[in-house]
Amino acid sequence: MSRDSTGKVLTVAFVLCVICSILVSAAAVGLSERQERNKAEEKKRNILQAAGFYEADVPINAQFSKIETRIVDLQTGEFTSDFDAANFDSRSAARDPETSYRISPDLDLAGIKTRSRYKDIYLVMDGGELQQLILPVHGKGLWSTMYGFISLANDFTTVNGFAFYEHGETPGLGGEIDNPGWKKQWQGKKIYDEAGETRIKVLKGMVDKNAQNAVYQADGLAGATLTARGVGDLLKYWMGDNGYKPFIARLKTTGVKQ
Amino acid sequence: MEHYLSLLIRSIFIENMALAFFLGMCTFLAVSKKVDTAIGLGVAVIVVQTITVPANNLIYQFLLKEGALEWLGMADSNLTFIGLICYIGVIAAMVQILEMVLDRFFPSLYNSLGIFLPLITVNCAILGGSLFMVERDYNFAESVTFGFGSGAGWALALVALAGIREKMKYADVPAGLRGLGITFMITGLMAMAFMAFSFNGQDDDYYKPGCPHIYGHSHDAGGPHPGCQVLADPAR
Amino acid sequence: MSKPRDVLLDPLFNKNPIGLQILGICSALAVTSKLETVVVMALAVIFVISGSNVSVSLIRNQVPSSIRIIVEITIIATLVIIVDQFLKAYAFGISKQLSVFVGLIITNCIVLGRAEAFAMKNPPGLSFLDGVGNGLGYSIVLLIVAFFRELLGAGKLLGFTILPSTNEGGWYLPNGLMLLPPSAFFIIGLLIWALRSWKTDQIEEEN
Repeated sequence: MSRDSTGKVLTVAFVLCVICSILVSAAAVGLSERQERNKAEEKKRNILQAAGFYEADVPINAQFSKIETRIVDLQTGEFTSDFDAANFDSRSAARDPETSYRISPDLDLAGIKTRSRYKDIYLVMDGGELQQLILPVHGKGLWSTMYGFISLANDFTTVNGFAFYEHGETPGLGGEIDNPGWKKQWQGKKIYDEAGETRIKVLKGMVDKNAQNAVYQADGLAGATLTARGVGDLLKYWMGDNGYKPFIARLKTTGVKQ
Repeated sequence: MEHYLSLLIRSIFIENMALAFFLGMCTFLAVSKKVDTAIGLGVAVIVVQTITVPANNLIYQFLLKEGALEWLGMADSNLTFIGLICYIGVIAAMVQILEMVLDRFFPSLYNSLGIFLPLITVNCAILGGSLFMVERDYNFAESVTFGFGSGAGWALALVALAGIREKMKYADVPAGLRGLGITFMITGLMAMAFMAFSFNGQDDDYYKPGCPHIYGHSHDAGGPHPGCQVLADPAR
Repeated sequence: MSKPRDVLLDPLFNKNPIGLQILGICSALAVTSKLETVVVMALAVIFVISGSNVSVSLIRNQVPSSIRIIVEITIIATLVIIVDQFLKAYAFGISKQLSVFVGLIITNCIVLGRAEAFAMKNPPGLSFLDGVGNGLGYSIVLLIVAFFRELLGAGKLLGFTILPSTNEGGWYLPNGLMLLPPSAFFIIGLLIWALRSWKTDQIEEEN
């Protein structure tokens, strides 16, 4: 058979496709369990880090025992038991028209188009008392959607920790949202002022520590203005009226009971 | 309509593939010696980009996306891991077809593009365009707009660089820097200039004169500045 | 017939893919702000490029020329997906930092360029060496660029503080421009200048 005949073209293409697809699917299937475990542990680790009691040498699942997962209906701000908290995935819920909500473009500060009507939230309990509230947040950065957790003290306005666990921002620039120094500055920042307004924002440069509003402001990222702006906008969205605000208001009056 | 217009402008100028995201650099530097060739390649990139981004959009929407195979009764399939190979396959096929068409109808352009036509396949701007489309979850019409816009932006930057390089012929450049070295420097400067585009294009209180937080010097002494609040918070 | 030694070592300085052939620059810009990511990226590229060279070379006499590019691309994409999956499974932290740029190895023109220009015409052994050599040539440039960018931009190397920055109470005021992509252009430009002052035969003629 000559090298350029149609038969040869088809044979080569077919054989190549079979070999490549076997290799790719073998890699994807064979490694998926490990990847899933990495991802799940990473998520729990991030929740723990946001809460501020992550220890590197203790098994993650043991550390996670202090944390209770609940599902919240964001519209009413009430807990719901319609879903199994352990297996709830708000990302697939955000894609399902049954459980999602289309954000109108002028309100869509986080740039996410749709969001789940239900969110998984995490309560850090100690002796039946709520210590911290950990909320998942996400929104657009420069390149990617950034997923993170913010942990609030039990006054529901002071930040205990804030960290992203998944993003595709430029390493060294926007990727610096993973920088421990930058993450640490969030500690003690306040989301809301006394009147309950969402005030938190991310600046372009450094926060002037003496400024009156410094407690509502976070440092930007050098060379990553768009990423830093994304972080500010997603906080504004999630901590605002269309995000967790109704839930937080309810939590203040009725506590953590179902 | 306005939405698509703004997407178009943004993808050409503000989010310029070559100068703001630094994609497609190899071809960008190599085929920018002459304006004529640059225009030829620019047009080729626009065509390839306008076809491949929407094509990959369809593939993503109906085959790869999590749950996309519901119409086949496989609701919980997730084939996103083979996304890369599909997108690049579509791109490679498009380029090869374009190569045949050019060879047949425009042999002079075909010859002047040389090895860089097949290399459009590995032009990161093309694959990058498709990856952006997936990442930003564009619908079909948006992908057409974005594909055309990002290709046009890339072509614009290429032709601009070629123009500068033609003028550079009259400059007395140190021997070791001649050619490639100085081209890198020029591109660096162009990139810095374009960064200004990407920042100023956004409505943001940091850039409005008279607003509090200019470059981190916060003189915010009593609530938000009236003129800035409008821009800073479109939700209100 | 070229000697194996030359095939391996030529791409380092005499025929450096970035310095002379203008190939593979996109990723050079994107990942070089940190040394750590560059090391992983370099290993990934060396693996992909030598793997694709060997595979293409093995089947070079079978592939019809009309579909050769798509065949090469498929092989490269397969290797890249495998690398990507492995990084996600065994080096999760780094793979998160590299994000889309592992995927963009597919579009690293060095890989396709070598497959097309060398592996299609040479036996597997030589092609392997050529792949490793070009991978190393690419890595050297990346490592140098990342060295300067991380050192001057953040005052660190591989995450360890070398020049204590003012943010952390030291004396060094980091040069933010070094972390921005244009700085990579300037450093590569200067690097080429240095290389060509040393190897004067690489100087381009005035045209």
